[in-house]
Amino acid sequence: MTDSAPHIEVMRSQLGRARGLGAGGSGTAHWWAERVTAASLLPLSTWFIVQMFRLGGADHKDVVKWGGKPVNATMLTALIITTFYHAQLGLQVIVDDYVHGKAHLPTRILVKLVTSLLGLLGVFAVIKLVAAGNRRS
Amino acid sequence: MSPHLQIYRYRLSMVLSITNRLTGVAATGGAALGVFWLAAAAKGPKAFATARKVTGNPVGQLVLVGWLASVVYHTVGGIRHLIWDSGKRYDKEELNKDGPVAVGVTAGVSTVLAAGLLGVAARRARALAKAGKAS
Repeated sequence: MTDSAPHIEVMRSQLGRARGLGAGGSGTAHWWAERVTAASLLPLSTWFIVQMFRLGGADHKDVVKWGGKPVNATMLTALIITTFYHAQLGLQVIVDDYVHGKAHLPTRILVKLVTSLLGLLGVFAVIKLVAAGNRRS
Repeated sequence: MSPHLQIYRYRLSMVLSITNRLTGVAATGGAALGVFWLAAAAKGPKAFATARKVTGNPVGQLVLVGWLASVVYHTVGGIRHLIWDSGKRYDKEELNKDGPVAVGVTAGVSTVLAAGLLGVAARRARALAKAGKAS
């Protein structure tokens, strides 16, 4: 035995430890993102429910006027992006747990695509409402 | 093979756990409907009139109440998860004590919000219809 042989106590490379990455090549980013989006959704969804009390049953004119206001448009966009980001993270865990074999990767990609597209649709709807509000005034 | 589900004695916490996942999926579906509603408003009065027909009829309102209840449940479940993440209320007795409380809070908040929202919406829609031809 030579003295130069390193004594290994942890079955993990020094670089891997420094980066905080596991065998999957990723660290705690997913877990953290899920928590941070969850906490952000608490005030955002509360805001949305309050707005629905002000808007429930309203006609087209009132909804367009509401969506065109800068603060509402900002909150809506934040809510939409955070919601579908959180949904993407959560659905991904469900897919990882229950979908195995060949179907796993396509299902994961499908979840990403659908949640992203829904989020984009929401964002562009808000942009159009803002534009419509500008035309009016 | 690891032991399968039926080997475990029934516990409320396992139902609450899987329901948190299911309501997460349901809440996503509801959010999709919400985005369609917003897109209809952006598209124009005709598309929004169709959306209003959906949100105004009993089946549509049942779906909306389901969405609301799912969001409330998932929120309560999510808050519990955040508390557990901080290392609190995670002992067996605490879990068993908090479970029924979570169910009660969810049922109460959902009922109050659903009744309030449906009531407000119905009153406003009626007032608009009375005032003139609502779009």
